[in-house]
Amino acid sequence: MSTGEKFLQMVIAIVLFFVVVSAILLLTQRLRSRRGELVQSAAFLLPATFLIVVGLLYPAINTIIWSFRDNLGRKWVGLDNYHAIFGSNAEIKVLVTTALWVVVTPLASTGIGLAYAVLIDRAAFEKVAKALVFMPLAISLVGASIIWKFVYAPNVGLLNAVSGSVGLGDNHSWYQDLNSSPWNSLYLIVIMVWVQTGFAMTVLSASIKAIPTDIVEAARLDGVGGLKMFRYITVPSIRPTIIVVLTAITIATLKAFDIVQSIGAGGAWHTNVLALDFYIRQSQGQNGTAAVVAVLIFVLVSPVVVYNIRQMRKAEAR
Amino acid sequence: MTTVVPEGAVAAAPVTSTPKAAKQALTSPWASLASILIAILWTVPTAGLLISSFRPETDVKTTGWWHIFTSPRFTLDNYRAVLSTGSQNNLTDNLVNTIVITLPAVVIPIFLATMAAYAFAWMRFPGKNMLFVLVFALQIVPIQVCLIPLLKLYNKPPFNLMPIHGGENPPAGGLYSVWLSHTIFALPLAIFLLHNFMREIPGELIESARVDGAGHVQIFARIMLPLMTPAIAAFAVLQFLWVWNDLLVAMIFSQSTPPLTKALTDLTGTRGQDWPLLTAGAFVSMVIPMIVFLALQRYFVRGLLAGSVKG
Repeated sequence: MSTGEKFLQMVIAIVLFFVVVSAILLLTQRLRSRRGELVQSAAFLLPATFLIVVGLLYPAINTIIWSFRDNLGRKWVGLDNYHAIFGSNAEIKVLVTTALWVVVTPLASTGIGLAYAVLIDRAAFEKVAKALVFMPLAISLVGASIIWKFVYAPNVGLLNAVSGSVGLGDNHSWYQDLNSSPWNSLYLIVIMVWVQTGFAMTVLSASIKAIPTDIVEAARLDGVGGLKMFRYITVPSIRPTIIVVLTAITIATLKAFDIVQSIGAGGAWHTNVLALDFYIRQSQGQNGTAAVVAVLIFVLVSPVVVYNIRQMRKAEAR
Repeated sequence: MTTVVPEGAVAAAPVTSTPKAAKQALTSPWASLASILIAILWTVPTAGLLISSFRPETDVKTTGWWHIFTSPRFTLDNYRAVLSTGSQNNLTDNLVNTIVITLPAVVIPIFLATMAAYAFAWMRFPGKNMLFVLVFALQIVPIQVCLIPLLKLYNKPPFNLMPIHGGENPPAGGLYSVWLSHTIFALPLAIFLLHNFMREIPGELIESARVDGAGHVQIFARIMLPLMTPAIAAFAVLQFLWVWNDLLVAMIFSQSTPPLTKALTDLTGTRGQDWPLLTAGAFVSMVIPMIVFLALQRYFVRGLLAGSVKG
């Protein structure tokens, strides 16, 4: 398709959508009886509900079923796919690497984000200081990977120059030369931390500003200050928000595969993680084991999401 | 009344309003140093990429970007290489794909979700609570779980409907499957968020409009949409950034119309050391979300936390 055709198709899609939806709404709006209300509800609700049921509910159930069937979905294989996943050393390695991501990323980003939020709280340049750290959140993980690949690059990379100037050798391609796991994965995790810290900082900063001033004032009159203030007043006051941030970043980390795909050379050198493993298996037509990996991500993510939503309610209720 | 202490650098100068005087022990020189260090670490990598994208090819490949301060030489050649249609690695096509994918994938789910949220908030019908719980619960489904069955549905829809992905001649070159997927994955969270906002609108407003003879469609179009604009904007910014920056959905559903993220991933794999190309290409992909981000930051922050659990 040429560029013009693409834009034309885009306009057609949007116009078509609005024409159909308005037609449905306008046709049903005249109905005022009790049954009319029901028809109107359906007009408002059914398009979205239909898409959710067909596009999320049915596929989710289907994937769970697929995980017990062979790659072509022709016959039942019982737990064979699960055995294939949990019985393979390579796959255990993937799980360990994923665990490393899930432990380090939330802790590091939340820790740095919290420290930064406290340090710049009410500072003169707070807005600018926040925007600087927040900015990576607007960049795609692919873009962030290129930015950091450039930092790690041999000869022209910044890390190279810094390590050269302190005598650590000066011609590394850092994340590749350190091709022993888990160190190379840590170089990739840095990128995720770099992106997620802005999220943690922004949310926590809002929460810090919501701490009632009388609590802070009372503590100050009692002679509490500095680190003690941080430890005994700030952190306890925003604990629910800290948990929300930790879990939110955990969820994002479990599902992110972009970084490893784009600069971890598609999971080579033991950098593979679950979310990428799903993609690799799917693209190789191993639908059975890919479904197992998807189910595994589902099982790992859902309790965190449930916990996250409950904590978010708690944090909002305060 | 606050007084700003002008001394101390960037992020460190404390405001000595009464309750915050206690913070002063924290804003010691070490604390200032730490915050400046973080600010530098979070900015310099991007700055380095931006500077490099304007340096001549030989310079980028042989010396670090900080040499710009001693031998400043700038060129637009790198951008010409990725943006002019004749060149071998041009990304204009991918930029067009990204735009064409993103616009409908933002507009359509938001409108559908606003409609559904209105029904959940202000209409009466049997099974409402059950349906809402279902929508709410489906937020937890990671998109990986849906991809394979969805791809099969697109390729071989039931009742011999026209396939919208793959097959002989999919409509709009397979773009419908990308739009539809992004729409589906956005809906549960969008409905949930917009419903929460909508419940905050006072019920008397709706009641009096009904008494005046307004139907649901009129209330929705004349009262709800204008009142909901900030909430809609908040979600629109989030959804825009998700779709623009998405790689997974793109890699599975838009193979014939690869967006920038996909093209850049391929470039990183095949021409990983071709820095002039990569730096300019990365910046082309980053500049529009950054503008949107800066312009609409206050909306963005609003939806940020609620949006953090999305697919």
